[in-house]
Amino acid sequence: MPETPPRGAPPSFPLGRLTAIGAVLATLGAGFAYAGGWLSPGRITPGRIVDALSERGGDPTGHRRNHAKGICFTGRFEASGEGARLSTAPMLAAGRYPVVGRFAIGTGDPVAPDASGRVRSMAIRIAAPDGQEWRTGMNNMPVFPVATLEAFYELTLASRVDPATGTPRDPQAVPRFVAAHPEMRAFLGWAGSAPWTPSYAEEDYHALNAFFFVDAAGARRAVRWAVLGTVPPEPRSPAELQALGPDFLGRDLVARLGQGPLRWRMVAQLAGPDDPVDDPTRAWPAEREQVTLGTLVVEQAQPEASGPCRDVNYDPLVLPAGIEPSRDPILLARSPAYAASYLRRQAELGQVPALARGAGAGR
Amino acid sequence: MSGRGFSPLQRGVHWLMAVLILAMLFIGVAMVASASSYVPLVAIHRPLGLALLLLVVLRIGLRWRRGAPPLPVDLPAWQKAAAHASHLALYALMLAMPLLGWAMLSAAGYPVVVVPGFVLPPILPVSPLLYALLRAAHGWLGYLLFLTVLLHLGAALFHALVRRDGVFSAMVRGR
Repeated sequence: MPETPPRGAPPSFPLGRLTAIGAVLATLGAGFAYAGGWLSPGRITPGRIVDALSERGGDPTGHRRNHAKGICFTGRFEASGEGARLSTAPMLAAGRYPVVGRFAIGTGDPVAPDASGRVRSMAIRIAAPDGQEWRTGMNNMPVFPVATLEAFYELTLASRVDPATGTPRDPQAVPRFVAAHPEMRAFLGWAGSAPWTPSYAEEDYHALNAFFFVDAAGARRAVRWAVLGTVPPEPRSPAELQALGPDFLGRDLVARLGQGPLRWRMVAQLAGPDDPVDDPTRAWPAEREQVTLGTLVVEQAQPEASGPCRDVNYDPLVLPAGIEPSRDPILLARSPAYAASYLRRQAELGQVPALARGAGAGR
Repeated sequence: MSGRGFSPLQRGVHWLMAVLILAMLFIGVAMVASASSYVPLVAIHRPLGLALLLLVVLRIGLRWRRGAPPLPVDLPAWQKAAAHASHLALYALMLAMPLLGWAMLSAAGYPVVVVPGFVLPPILPVSPLLYALLRAAHGWLGYLLFLTVLLHLGAALFHALVRRDGVFSAMVRGR
């Protein structure tokens, strides 16, 4: 050291001690790098999932990376009070709670024609007076295509589109994936046989992932919730839907709400003892007990660009006390993936897109 | 060493926060890069963040009231300056990190759920630009805090093992 050795210091250069200090610091630094994933380049990070979701055609800048095309709505949830015996969630106690929601089609392209959306979704945020919220994103299909994070990522990669041609990068990638993943059969069976409708109002929407309702005594019950439409479906052929133009779903919603509110019955299906709680590809038997939680009333629609849903991340793990997530790996991955997608689009909307990368954000 | 040492309460809060901050930094860096462990980790990150905010307020009050022992008189001037600057940085970052976390969740319109059923009020309006700025600041300043903690630890060990000048024992034994 350059300075005079102080009292008690070793007379010679303390190489061994300095090395020990360096080793402590290097170990901590390496542990930090390991925790942050820099030593695991193959890890499926939220950022990589969102990267893949962003490459399925169209330009998602400033939009959600999945279910990119949608429309906002406002309304209310009228709780029946029947759910209160299953869960202490404040918005399940009989009463009315404000809702900000969004209908969308399952696409990575914010200007995709509505007829291309086989999957349609409803997301809602139900607010309780004490500041707690229940957010949920639900789809019209009754089961999810895959059961694991790895499979979801692989399927998303297989679905990527070449931006130059607008066609799949590898046309055989999805067929190859399907052949290797028998768990997709239930979803594909639905996609191939379910009627196509001309309206968001004519669909049921399912939460797909299971959660636990926790009652006042602490008892936990696995549930899956859904909202069931009250408007009878009037199925059309895909060609008839194409003839309605690219934006028929939004137009139809606005027209229907001009006539009055739309209603869905919100139900919770209770799992049987051996029903799969952590596998969203497998529906529970239809005869399982269903509890009517209340009525979702959709009152007004707003364009997404200026509507109240624009800045809402419908992360399905924003939950009140009394509702807990299952260990379904798809459900648990939705939260960080939605967060990465949310940061990207908010940074783009705020004209600071560079802030969406780095610093652990969307890595 | 001349002057009085750190009080038992000051030492207790220091070592408690040392453990919690290191845990927090590792949890934070791990959770944002993990699609599978994010949910359980964030459930620890938020209550721990609020606990650290309360602890740093207590800590700043203690430091204000009770001060700190003087540095050794033979410590080179640049090391004294570095010691003061790095401690100022540590205090500023310890205070800023939880406030940034709270502020960024507010700007994103999330309910600031500390533990299920316990929600803090928002401290900022919902804004895409504010959220992007605060979220980036929370991440970058987290890295800076980790580096400052490493520097602090390296300097502490240098005092303990190389200089053996009583600076380290002031925080261990209080004298």
